[in-house]
Amino acid sequence: MNRELKRVTIVSLLMFLTLFVASTIIQYVQADNLAADPRNARTLYQSYSVERGPILVGGEPIAFSEPSDDDYKFQRIYADGPLYAPVTGFIPVNGEATGLEGSLNAELSGTSESQFFDSLNRLISGQDPMGASVEVTIDPVAQRAAWDALGDYTGAIIVTQPSSGRIIAMVTKPTYDPNTLAVHNGEEVDQTYQNLVEDPGDPLFNRATGGDMNPPGSVFKLVMTAAALESGQYTPDSTFPNPAEFTLPGTSSVVRNSSGGSCGGGSEVTLATALRLSCNIPFAELALELGDDAIRAQAEKFGFNSDFAIPNPTETSTYPENPDEPQTALTGFGQGDVRATPMQMAMVSAAIANGGIVMDPDLVESITAPDFRPIEEFDASQFGRAISESTARTMTEMMVNGVENGAASNARIDGVSVAGKTGTAENGEDDPYTLWFTGFAPADDPQYAITVLVEDGGGLGQEGFGNLIAAPLAKQVLEAVLNK
Amino acid sequence: MTDRGAARAPERAPATGSVRRIRMPQKLRNLELGLLIVACVINAGAIVLVQLGALGRVDTQLVLLGAGLSALVFGLHIAMRFVARDADPFLLPIATVLNGLGIAMIYRIDIAYGDAGWDSAAVRQIVWSVIAIAAALATILLIRNHRMLFRYTYLSGLIAIVLLLLPLVPGLGQTRGGARVWIGIGDLVTFQPGEIAKIALAVFFAGYLVRNRDSLSMVGRTFLGMRFPRGRDLGPLLVVWALSMAVIVFQRDLGTALLYFGLFLVMLYVATSRLSWVVLGLSLFFAGAIIASQTLDYVNGRFQNWLNAFDPAVYDAQGGSFQLVQGLFGLANGGLIGTGLGQGRPDLTPVPQSDYIIASLGEELGLAGLFAILALYVLFVARGFRIGFAGQDDFGKLLGVGLSFVVALQVFIVVGGVTRVIPLTGLTTPFLAAGGSSLVANWIIVALLLRLSDTVRNHPRLVIDG
Repeated sequence: MNRELKRVTIVSLLMFLTLFVASTIIQYVQADNLAADPRNARTLYQSYSVERGPILVGGEPIAFSEPSDDDYKFQRIYADGPLYAPVTGFIPVNGEATGLEGSLNAELSGTSESQFFDSLNRLISGQDPMGASVEVTIDPVAQRAAWDALGDYTGAIIVTQPSSGRIIAMVTKPTYDPNTLAVHNGEEVDQTYQNLVEDPGDPLFNRATGGDMNPPGSVFKLVMTAAALESGQYTPDSTFPNPAEFTLPGTSSVVRNSSGGSCGGGSEVTLATALRLSCNIPFAELALELGDDAIRAQAEKFGFNSDFAIPNPTETSTYPENPDEPQTALTGFGQGDVRATPMQMAMVSAAIANGGIVMDPDLVESITAPDFRPIEEFDASQFGRAISESTARTMTEMMVNGVENGAASNARIDGVSVAGKTGTAENGEDDPYTLWFTGFAPADDPQYAITVLVEDGGGLGQEGFGNLIAAPLAKQVLEAVLNK
Repeated sequence: MTDRGAARAPERAPATGSVRRIRMPQKLRNLELGLLIVACVINAGAIVLVQLGALGRVDTQLVLLGAGLSALVFGLHIAMRFVARDADPFLLPIATVLNGLGIAMIYRIDIAYGDAGWDSAAVRQIVWSVIAIAAALATILLIRNHRMLFRYTYLSGLIAIVLLLLPLVPGLGQTRGGARVWIGIGDLVTFQPGEIAKIALAVFFAGYLVRNRDSLSMVGRTFLGMRFPRGRDLGPLLVVWALSMAVIVFQRDLGTALLYFGLFLVMLYVATSRLSWVVLGLSLFFAGAIIASQTLDYVNGRFQNWLNAFDPAVYDAQGGSFQLVQGLFGLANGGLIGTGLGQGRPDLTPVPQSDYIIASLGEELGLAGLFAILALYVLFVARGFRIGFAGQDDFGKLLGVGLSFVVALQVFIVVGGVTRVIPLTGLTTPFLAAGGSSLVANWIIVALLLRLSDTVRNHPRLVIDG
């Protein structure tokens, strides 16, 4: 009987051995895979149970976490949610985070590599895990001024610091309240999100860095002028034929100036006058003379066709790859297949203000660990030189002229010289125009570069134009930040 | 069958045995006392840690209840100093610590669910523990010699059948989680008679096999090197097989069927030394299981859940693998050292306090804690098998093996189901899981094993001979 018993004992031990092996496989070998399963609610709850670091503007939190009594342990709260929505984004309980919440999730949740030892230390010493705080470059006064100025228009305003690339203000409208997407109820979040997606106003778009990409229209003439001056074959006094109508080569399509007549009279017009009065025909002629390769090269030096992370992902502004001659002529005044974000146009203005050097735009001033150890400090980085210093000086003069006695007159500010360029871009036969202003001030000591975008013709359809609607908004914001 | 008095004789003649074999009963009980104190400290510590982890403060009420329970365990210990002085010193502390850890985890789930008072499963578990330990005490006091059970072999068989049939009685039986294995009046007091039936079955099998093993083992034809039984001797095996199949079909309880059949097979093998019985029995059982998985939806579902647990369709299906996968997530969350008591999320898994208590413990105590718990079971079962090795009468040996193996097999079926070694079936984890019937049954098993081990210790000569 004992021989059988021995065998039964061995079988029983094998049964337990199987259990030891199986539990080791689950709890050790497979543990990471199981944790990564999207159905694993524990992983989700854990990422929420961390006290996320706050996002700060001027030391004041615009996003912060407060203890909550439910499974998620912390509730994310967005102070002035709609105002800062394009900066903060939101972190939903059942989807991907957007804005800084998404792009700096590792830092905010304390899981970035630079915080590894900090996290380990907190674990060992029994403190609850905590994320780093993020101070952004936004100036609350500028942000509020841009918000107020934009009013009920559909569009965006972005203000940057030309010398550093710091984003001082970034406003987009219509917008949403991130608090409604941070509730701890997945179904409610889904419903709210769905409503926002279906909203015809597209409130989830950040129109300052993306959205429905608009043609830049006449503000692109800055890139054209830069390309002309940089080629060495043109000066502001170079002349172009000055007809009232221009037929695109090989087509029957006719291009007109916005005035309907010639550009300020005369049989020839200078580059400086064409830019000041924002005439289309001379720039179509210039585009054909330069060719699309030269224009594209200049546009790309300003940042077109490149990806920028601020660190939030942004849409890429584009100059078309292989436009034919008529298309190339259209790009001369920012039509055709040219598309630009306000951020890109702000980079063009800022580069002119900054002696020709394009700075990488950035939203993050500093990242600080819970123990106040700095993890990251703002470090201005150059995208590259777009134009020479002398070209920058020349263009500044031309842009100041445009504001003082040209097409951008509504951006004039008493006692401050403003450099600017307006744009009124066509979208389709009967579609409302897209209205632009881009520029900087003070022209002699540039502190702020600004770009205003107003979609849907500012409600005036094809009656609205850049100087009427966009330029006064820029003036309003610049006044607010300069008088600060 | 050895006569008790005759076997005592060599004990009084130390010259025939080695000095090491001289027993010191008092030493055994003192060892047990020491281990019991350790067990109670562990249990109190677990409850306090649960409170600190989940509540952030210490609530003395439950600790006091636990202390009352400990007092009862010490009562059992004191009783044994008089009526079972030579009993195994490890069984009682192991059962105590497992029972206590179970209460701590059930209490932890109560906190997560916000249950208190009589809604609290932990309070009910403590009350059931009192009843169970009292039952163990009664068992050890009433059954002074295990061989009196031998006399009730067929009565035990009858009791087992009646207990198994009870849940099928209209008005008395209740169905839960698809299985009709409960009896009760409303929700008030419910009981799983099948848990007690396993003890009655072990007694019946032991008695029956001791009486009939000759005819079951001696004759038959040799095939493939094994001597197979005659057709007419297949009767008992077929009856138990049919019983197991009936449990699968009518009570929809795979785990219990596997438990009973496994118990019978092992006892049959030990009694007859015939591997052919095991081969025949396993073939029959697997044939039955395969037919059942083809014809019975719930059995098929269990297999699907097991094989394709992570398939989204299976995961989302009604009665699908959601629970199984959640349990795996919980275990993975625990990792090597666990989240700490009161600091995991075992409540995310369905029934974390009963069928899934092992996953709950694995999450909060980690792989280390799970290993410790499994090691306690190994030790418990090993002490039981020791009775089988050292026992002096075949009935006692068989009963000891049967009762120990039924605990081992039950742990394997439950934990194996949770860890995806075998399909998940509804069985309770001995001593740990919330549930009165399981506690009472397992504590009676403790009492019977203590009684059996006491007689082993009383016959040192036969320890050597065995």
